[in-house]
Amino acid sequence: MSSEHGPLVIKQLDYTGAERLTMNMGPQHPSAHGVFRAILTLEGETVVGVDAVIGYLHRCHEKLAETLAYVQYPSIASKTDYVAAMSSELAYVMAAERLAKIDVPKRAQYLRVLVGELQRVASHCLWLGTWCMDMGGALGGGATVFLYCIRERELVLDLFESLTGARLLYGFHQVGGVRYDMPEHWATECRSTVDLIEKRLLEYEEMLEGNAFFMMRTKGVGVISRELALDVGISGPLLRASGVNCDLRRLAPYSSYEDFEFRVPVETSGDCYARYKVRMVEFRESIKIVRQILDGLPEGPISSRPGVKAVAQVRVPKGEMYARVEGPRGEVGCYLVGDGGPRPYRMKWRGASFSNLAVLPHIIPGHSVADVVAIMGSVDPVFGEVDR
Amino acid sequence: MDAIQARARLAENPDAVVTGEGAAIVVTVPAAQWAELASFAKEGLGCTFFSFLSAVDWKEDGLEVVAWMDNLDAPFSLLMKTRLGTGVTTCASLALTYRGAGWMEREAFDMFGIVFEGHPDLRRILLDDDWVGHPLLKSYAVDTPYPPYR
Repeated sequence: MSSEHGPLVIKQLDYTGAERLTMNMGPQHPSAHGVFRAILTLEGETVVGVDAVIGYLHRCHEKLAETLAYVQYPSIASKTDYVAAMSSELAYVMAAERLAKIDVPKRAQYLRVLVGELQRVASHCLWLGTWCMDMGGALGGGATVFLYCIRERELVLDLFESLTGARLLYGFHQVGGVRYDMPEHWATECRSTVDLIEKRLLEYEEMLEGNAFFMMRTKGVGVISRELALDVGISGPLLRASGVNCDLRRLAPYSSYEDFEFRVPVETSGDCYARYKVRMVEFRESIKIVRQILDGLPEGPISSRPGVKAVAQVRVPKGEMYARVEGPRGEVGCYLVGDGGPRPYRMKWRGASFSNLAVLPHIIPGHSVADVVAIMGSVDPVFGEVDR
Repeated sequence: MDAIQARARLAENPDAVVTGEGAAIVVTVPAAQWAELASFAKEGLGCTFFSFLSAVDWKEDGLEVVAWMDNLDAPFSLLMKTRLGTGVTTCASLALTYRGAGWMEREAFDMFGIVFEGHPDLRRILLDDDWVGHPLLKSYAVDTPYPPYR
């Protein structure tokens, strides 16, 4: 080939397939569900190394908690895991209650379980929708599953709105009980909502498990071994998908969980599909618990303490306490050190997503870039809780 | 191995102070035995699940490092504590015993300036590399001004 400017030289790339490419995934990558940067080292399409960079959403909740009274912080606690605000609030107030030996009335305990389980349903809806959207068009049009799931989540948020006045960040829990009781007709609405969601779950399963692409992208992908799972301290559905029968609602029942019957699903294969299976069962078990509460909610007060009138109203003696709850993503814990005053001396927040995310550098190498997206989604991180 | 047996095994160490109620065991050891205790917890007591590691700043009494792990089969939990001593900012790393301690120790380094000796990759995790100071120290005021980001 030639032209008036002389022969056209096509530069031959000296590609041996051994070069390594560094690629930044994030911090504004849609599959990160927040702000997360993975620095991937690639050989061709295969990831050989990951450096996870977090902290973009850091607000130093732990320092903030030292400056806020026990009556003030619970509504801030909901901003850690903003997708499951109810369980974050509960972890904090439980730590303070146990340290100060404050009783919680039975009705309040049941209401706490009720909102906790509805929150799990809402949170899993968001997880399933965003995860399927990440895996893209192969699942029957990018946003199909996402929009279905968001539709269901909105129903739960409507319930929360009529209960607390807020859709996302509730301030429902307070030391000694809960702040709001069920309004009239709420129980009926709640019952019909969970009935509807339970019916729709069948549709999702049919849509996804009948899809060869979904199965290919999740089965055998991102396997976490039992030993690694325990060692890194991942919790919740991830841990149970790796063959560990650990659910804090069973292991160390809090807030009257021992009164309810539910099954703890355990899968052994540890891959993305196992995590999906575990969460799909959890949906139904949560709905089962919600029904049990609506059937047998005891009468009585909803708080053992009067309404909040002064900041220094709750004082916690010297000592330390670690309280943890089984949130939708796993163990949400609050390590509280009291000094006798109205504010904690130190508060350590153990976010489930922080430890769950720490497993990524151990499992991603060896997978393709597309699998990174599927694995990330199956971990279900919420960055408010990772960065705190 | 249940909680009572675990307490007995821990109490065999004359330097360890074992407290806590029931299945929530609290053990305090001198800083020199920190890494050794972690290995014993994992291998000897079956505490294979690593929950969290953090620190508390006791001002003039120095820093205290705490870590929580669980034996999920028994079940019982173990809260390990050690005082580093006034002005001391180094501590043995548990990252090679529990992989979960890797990120937790990076966070404690970031927030308290504790240097974990033997950590394979000790650098800041939540704050930027050019951050000045360690925010969770009691000497760090909440309204400390920070240099503008580049």
